[in-house]
Amino acid sequence: MYRVVVRRMIVPNIHELTVAAPEVTNAARPGNFVILRPDEAGERVPLTIADWDAAAGTVTSVFLQVGASTSKLARLKPDDVIPTYAGPLGNDTEIAHFGTVLCIAGCYGIGSIYPVARSLQEAGNTVYVLIEARSRYLLYWQDKLRGVCTRVIEITRDGSAGYKGHITRLPEILILEKIKPDRIIVNGCTFLMMKASEVTRPLGIKTIVNMNPIMIDGTGMCGVCRLTVGGKMKFACVDGPDFDGHEVDWVEFLKRRQTYNPEEVQPLRRSGCASHY
Amino acid sequence: MPVKIDPKKRPMPKQEPYERVRNFDEVALGYTPELAREEATRCLVCKNPRCVEGCPVGIDIPGFIQSIVEGDFGAGIRRIKEKNALPAVCGRVCPQEEQCEKVCVLGKKHEPVAIGRLERFLADYEAASGTIERPDVAQPNGRRVAIVGSGPAGITVANDLALQGYDVTIFEALHEAGGVLTYGIPEFRLPKAIVRREVEYVKGLGVKLHLDFIVGKTRTVDRLLEEFDAMFIGAGAGLPWFMEIPGENLNGVYSANEYLTRCNLMKGFRFPACDTPLKRASRMAVFGGGNVAMDAARTALRLGADEVHIVYRRGRDEMPARIEEIENAEEEGIIFELLTLPLRLLGNEHGWLTEIECQRMALGEPDGSGRPRPVPIEGSEFRMEADAAVCAIGNSPNPLIPMTTPRLNVGKKGNIEADPETGQTSRERVWAGGDVVTGAATVISAMGAGRKAARSIHETLGA
Repeated sequence: MYRVVVRRMIVPNIHELTVAAPEVTNAARPGNFVILRPDEAGERVPLTIADWDAAAGTVTSVFLQVGASTSKLARLKPDDVIPTYAGPLGNDTEIAHFGTVLCIAGCYGIGSIYPVARSLQEAGNTVYVLIEARSRYLLYWQDKLRGVCTRVIEITRDGSAGYKGHITRLPEILILEKIKPDRIIVNGCTFLMMKASEVTRPLGIKTIVNMNPIMIDGTGMCGVCRLTVGGKMKFACVDGPDFDGHEVDWVEFLKRRQTYNPEEVQPLRRSGCASHY
Repeated sequence: MPVKIDPKKRPMPKQEPYERVRNFDEVALGYTPELAREEATRCLVCKNPRCVEGCPVGIDIPGFIQSIVEGDFGAGIRRIKEKNALPAVCGRVCPQEEQCEKVCVLGKKHEPVAIGRLERFLADYEAASGTIERPDVAQPNGRRVAIVGSGPAGITVANDLALQGYDVTIFEALHEAGGVLTYGIPEFRLPKAIVRREVEYVKGLGVKLHLDFIVGKTRTVDRLLEEFDAMFIGAGAGLPWFMEIPGENLNGVYSANEYLTRCNLMKGFRFPACDTPLKRASRMAVFGGGNVAMDAARTALRLGADEVHIVYRRGRDEMPARIEEIENAEEEGIIFELLTLPLRLLGNEHGWLTEIECQRMALGEPDGSGRPRPVPIEGSEFRMEADAAVCAIGNSPNPLIPMTTPRLNVGKKGNIEADPETGQTSRERVWAGGDVVTGAATVISAMGAGRKAARSIHETLGA
């Protein structure tokens, strides 16, 4: 059993979950994920690691409350215990001296990009972080991110913070901000990673994405996380989760992500009340 | 006057097919003491019993069968446990017809003795009695052994070494112990209560079990070797194989590992009481002819599928599944599309599987495996409707440990290389066995490999 240390909503529907798991802390690296179960009947949920504290033996993830399992996670309180917290899984995000690196993040990815930016800066890169959301009230961790990069740039759909629009404005933003990235790393929802990869392809900038397919075991056994990269079948849990965004078959990936959309919300519609099954 | 031998095995009492396709309870109900004694009297008690040679772990088969004849069931189970820590499991899932029963002398003229059913009877009889006997454990010898994976290979090594006084710790990546016995083999063929009972038995010998611990990731092999005197890797099956035909990433296409894990480990058949969903297919095709294919097909039927087809490129005689499981599947109404090869999978605009294009085959000359090679029949292509397909054609060994362990030699298919007699790998103090070495094989062969490795570890550590 693993003890919940922090579970709080950072911005609407986005939560921080910090769990005491010293064994995971010792091995955690940027880009890794953990598999956890909220309770004995729960799914095995993969969450990307957003931070860890070696001294305290804790690991932090950020997640979006979207279906039955993440709703269970969102109800956890400090000192609750969860039955499974296994990891770290997946390969590490490649950290090297690339020169200038732009980290792009949205949704839960604003959390998981943090250790990536930190390690890149420690490796001597000039790091910029661009965070994206529908509106300003959905952005978070700006101060934390400023501590590990040269500049945090914001973009919101409604223009309530930073640039107005979507990540498709990236080429223009790079000119306005005078940034010439040698590498781009994107964490967050599938749509953001796909759109970012589309706009960086003509620019010829290597773009790494941290894929987030459906998983069960997360250890290279079940094969549900398979995707097509460069025309070949890959397994996100053991071959990734980082891949070249220009090589990913995004159309197929988006469809596979939607396999269980009806089932994800089915339990939420059941109140348990006889007149409302 | 010589007693006339009944040419037939005592039949196994089973749930009726129409009943069992609607539940996940065990299909085979097991022998009663009367049936067991009747069956046991069929044994000829050969002087040089070939069945013992046919058993990968060398159980004294005539010995335990004679105990049944004498009605001393306690002595019988003790005889088995001298060699086998998992009798209730092996009695159910071993391919006896390929091993002990294949070489039974009685089998030359008649049906062989039902050795597997008798083994199962003794194990179940002991469990039902409520008191499980544990053999004496040797004094602790102060040596620590780490075991990776709590499947049949790992449990066997743990059992053998714990009995000799070793301090044994099993590291399991999943949240439940048992490996393929837990995530792979369905409840109706191997009830999970039995797997838990066998795991508890080994824990009762002093073996420690760490769940949620992924060796190679949570801690590497090298870091564990700083704390342990030796290690056995029984990490089991890894990445599922697909057929490398178009359309395999359509929604509704599963690996057998995924389909069975959703059902068995995650209890998807109880969705939404359990959170992991498992969709009800209306027409499912299962590709493959082994036990795993039978398990997936029969699971789909129990989940409410209207039609389940086994699509296999060779004939019935060539199917690697246990005969009993093929018969069970036939009785339950699984449709066998034999001598049929899937060519491609077709889907709709939402990315869901709708049809499978197949081709009929004929049997040709024997191939490398000794079985007749299937040869495509020109112009025999046809399409079958399906909204789900399961690929049950095998898997490669788990890659996590080879990926993170320097100087551990692996073969072309990613299997860890180990001496077939001892299980010793290219790394000092590291042994390996089971599917991670051989690729997908049987429970009992993994146990056989575990037994050899345990012996070799004991000889090497010289305790």
